[in-house]
Amino acid sequence: MVAALLLRQVRRILLTVLLGGLLGATLVRLGPGFGVDERELDTRLSAGSQQAIRSERDRDNNIAVFYFRYLAGLARGDFGFSRSLNRPVSELLKERLPLTMVSLGYGVLAGASTGLALALLTVWWRAPGADLVPAVFSGLCLAAPVAVIALVFLWLGPWIGEASRWAIALVVFPHVYRYSKNQLVATSQWPHVVAAQAKGLSGWRVLWAHIFTPAAPQLAALAGISVSLAFGASIPIEVICDTPGIGQLAWRAALDRDLPLLVTITVLVALMTLVVNSLADLALAAWNSPARSTAEAGTAEVASA
Amino acid sequence: MLIRPAIVFLLSGALAASAANELRFCLRADPKTFNPLLVEDESSSAVRYLTGGVLIRLNRYTQELEGELATKWKVSENGRRIDFELRRGVRFSDGSPFTCEDVAYTMRQLMDPALHSPVGDAFRSAPGEVETKCPGPSAATVRFPAPVAALAAQFDGVAVLSAHSPQKESAVLGPFELGEYKPGAYVLLRRNPNYWKRDANGHALPYLDSIRLEIQQNRELELLRFRRGELDLINKLDPDMYDRLSSEMPRAAVDAGPSLDWETVFFNQVQTAPMPEYKRRWFRSSDFRRAISEAIRRDDIVRIVYHGHARAAAGPISVANRFWLNPAVKAASGSDTAAMALLQHAGFRRSGATLVDSGGNKVEFSMITNAGNKLHERMLTLIQQDLARLGIQLNVVVLDFPSLIERISRSFNYESVLMAWTNIDLDPGAQMNIWVSSAANHQWNPNEKAPETAWEAEIDKLMQAQSASQDLNKRKTYFDQVQQIVADQAPVLFLVNPDALSAIGPNVKNAAPAVLDPQTFWNADRLQVGGTLVSRR
Amino acid sequence: MTGKQKFAIGVLAVVALASLGAAYLAPSSYSEQFRDAISAPPSARFWLGTDELGRDRFARLLYGTRVSLLLAPAAALLSTLLAGLIGGAAGYLGGRWERFLTTGVDLFLSLPWLFLLLAVRALLPLNTSPVTSVAITFLLLGCLGWAAPARIIRAGARTLVNSDYLVQAGASGISRWRLFWLHLLPNLRPILLAQFWISVPLFILSEANLGLLGLGVSEPLPSWGAMLRELENYSAVLQNPWILAPVVLLVVVVGCLQLLLRTEESAPC
Repeated sequence: MVAALLLRQVRRILLTVLLGGLLGATLVRLGPGFGVDERELDTRLSAGSQQAIRSERDRDNNIAVFYFRYLAGLARGDFGFSRSLNRPVSELLKERLPLTMVSLGYGVLAGASTGLALALLTVWWRAPGADLVPAVFSGLCLAAPVAVIALVFLWLGPWIGEASRWAIALVVFPHVYRYSKNQLVATSQWPHVVAAQAKGLSGWRVLWAHIFTPAAPQLAALAGISVSLAFGASIPIEVICDTPGIGQLAWRAALDRDLPLLVTITVLVALMTLVVNSLADLALAAWNSPARSTAEAGTAEVASA
Repeated sequence: MLIRPAIVFLLSGALAASAANELRFCLRADPKTFNPLLVEDESSSAVRYLTGGVLIRLNRYTQELEGELATKWKVSENGRRIDFELRRGVRFSDGSPFTCEDVAYTMRQLMDPALHSPVGDAFRSAPGEVETKCPGPSAATVRFPAPVAALAAQFDGVAVLSAHSPQKESAVLGPFELGEYKPGAYVLLRRNPNYWKRDANGHALPYLDSIRLEIQQNRELELLRFRRGELDLINKLDPDMYDRLSSEMPRAAVDAGPSLDWETVFFNQVQTAPMPEYKRRWFRSSDFRRAISEAIRRDDIVRIVYHGHARAAAGPISVANRFWLNPAVKAASGSDTAAMALLQHAGFRRSGATLVDSGGNKVEFSMITNAGNKLHERMLTLIQQDLARLGIQLNVVVLDFPSLIERISRSFNYESVLMAWTNIDLDPGAQMNIWVSSAANHQWNPNEKAPETAWEAEIDKLMQAQSASQDLNKRKTYFDQVQQIVADQAPVLFLVNPDALSAIGPNVKNAAPAVLDPQTFWNADRLQVGGTLVSRR
Repeated sequence: MTGKQKFAIGVLAVVALASLGAAYLAPSSYSEQFRDAISAPPSARFWLGTDELGRDRFARLLYGTRVSLLLAPAAALLSTLLAGLIGGAAGYLGGRWERFLTTGVDLFLSLPWLFLLLAVRALLPLNTSPVTSVAITFLLLGCLGWAAPARIIRAGARTLVNSDYLVQAGASGISRWRLFWLHLLPNLRPILLAQFWISVPLFILSEANLGLLGLGVSEPLPSWGAMLRELENYSAVLQNPWILAPVVLLVVVVGCLQLLLRTEESAPC
């Protein structure tokens, strides 16, 4: 049963990733500026050299042919050649992916755990205005441009270490905080929670067993979004912090219309998003039946108290 | 008895200084290639400059040619032939000897049409083979199928490769050799132990042990690191950062004066461009173009956008290019009266607050520029207001660079453009592909089958004449005329020549920033960082 | 309506009226360049000083409020509605439909939509007015910004689908679509409101970031996003703190929106 579910997810992920690569390549191909090269403005180049540059760029004009060649290369472990950086894409990925994954990991963990912790604290404290400080702080994080956040951390660099991680954390935090708090507050108003509080169960037990646990499936969905959000934010953050990761690579590839690099990054992002979201879905599926049981058990516990 | 400990102390001090004798500055991007013949981007060019040995070097400070690997040279046959007397006793970084064979090998590689080398293309004045002969191990003769303008100066960009070394391009003749390269992080150059040059006291050059080129795209970060002492120089500063730095570290910020670069505006004059016919008539009218030029307040651009670190430009030669400048050509005055007079002469008139042409069409057009360039965006906004005073509505459009290139080079779907040009060459021969009407870089109307106007035909004739002549004074006369025609017809409106701004750290010695690139490290073999000179004999 | 909500409405009304009355309140137009007063500090003449082109910051802030306050919430509303419909439908329908829609959402999240924005800009005539151009940009942002929240809304819908009241309503014969529109969607309100509240500043900032690619507001039309780009020069911020005015206004407006939309968010007793 579980194996069948996993197999289905893997198949879905594979097909979606392949489709994502093709659609991404099509978007790039149809975008303006595809196939041009800034070397065309170099006045030293002869007409023959300029024509050679154009012909080389025109090779990728037929997107179906390009994508077929790309997939054939992918099967051999060859991700293509980046014209903008003049190096094989696989080499670039090998150098840059670990750096981005570490930044994303730290950033998402720090941002999500802080957001969730503050949301839990706000709900547990229950005082009017309890969420004033976190709300203002999350509002500031949302209102400040990513570039400014990144620059602030850069300036603090010698004291706090890798700036991009903290900047990513600050981008993820307000989303996680706001959604978590809303969900936890909504859950806290369910009848069985009110009953549990009235029956005198401790605040901590009510919070953990009857507010957080039923809300956990929705909160798990935040994981996938946080990863997508963090990756999206990593592009400007890595550009500004000059972190040589995948985000900076993606920006460079977009500016240069580097098709093999862009398609590979699209495939990578699709894979990452799908894997994380699939895990969240599996968690949601696993929780949903027991979640009802938990609610029922919670009600039973309250009734028997 | 006391002398020995003192000597030991001094030596250890010197050794300690040499351990820190590393120059650090930034490249904006990873070098795309370490093959000196294929260099096209700025980062690769910096590495080539520091590692490549050349026969003739243009001294960036004095703007004079100096012999490097060639002790003497002679240009003859009207610019078709150049004879070199090669320096003896020179070795590549791997110890292999430098001979004429290496020059011949380099020229063969360079002129291979399949290579599409920009440096090679600069020599390609006509089809045909380039012959390199070695009358002796220390003599080389290179013969071209047709005259090459400024032949000797072109060799400044030709780094000589080793014909025999197993290290291939890694065996170099310059002051530094490639030590380490960590993609996305840095390039480390180490001193070439076999570098031939010595200073006046016989000390072996370079003084530096190494140069660390950090790969840093973000200019704010670069400035931050310079302030913290993590970098020793910044090769190019923008005006905002220059002012910020000079308020905190006044001696570090250097303004070497106007550079060779241009900020320009040009109009789309392509016959087949997708635009209404009445707009095409505007852009093809020299009165209209000169009127726009007159209306633009260059002094405001210099003061507001460049904070005074620029000079109003009159034509295609910067004031920094002392020999080739035609002093008779003056920058437009920024006078609305003069502008209106030209417009009226061309049949335009005011209709209330709006300018209309003779057909009653409101004068409204767009000007594109590349996004992400704050200086261009500010310039465009100033120009928008300047033209509004004449009743012209200018629509500002910023586009990402590939979209902009596509419009000006492929689809010609634009009306006017604000663009920067980087000039690396003093000689106007390098501008052939801009002024000759049949060239691809004759940007406002490229690849003309025949000159479409009399003045373009005249410019074609003059450019060919200056290219074919070896007499410097005759060439100057021809190009002075080109400058005058350009001023009269205004196919390109020259706005400003930005100053060459850079930053030199307090611990860097012998720095002498120049206006020609590389501004700050053109004399890298003589730069020192802190400490005392380590004597190397 | 609580006192805080009345206060929030009051503040938003003041901001909206000020921006609509910019022609009367602002001492000069947003595009006029006082070239003899570049980067001037605040004074009686220029209440928030001038920018690097000598334009009155206060005037630009007022006029920019029109662009940002009107278009960003509109784009946020569009993306929230799309997210609610698609995410809600996915969670409600379940089974194959849920898998299909969820896969579509994940695919949508992975694609480089930047190129669609560039393509749309390329298709627009070069002489398109700045207002039209920015309206189209925000419309596109609204159409592209639904995917991430759709996932969360789907998770929320999934949980609600099994809740007692929906099961009872279904058992009593109410049609599926009526259940969806009248009983499920309204109960997703807390999530939808959170999404809307977060999206407003996100879209304002996205417009600023898109300016790096030429997709933002064209000069001389001001917007909060374009003014926020001045903050990238952090030493200028330290010397001229009044350039933080757009940030302050944005935080105030977003905070008021949050207060206004907190109908379901009463603190637990």
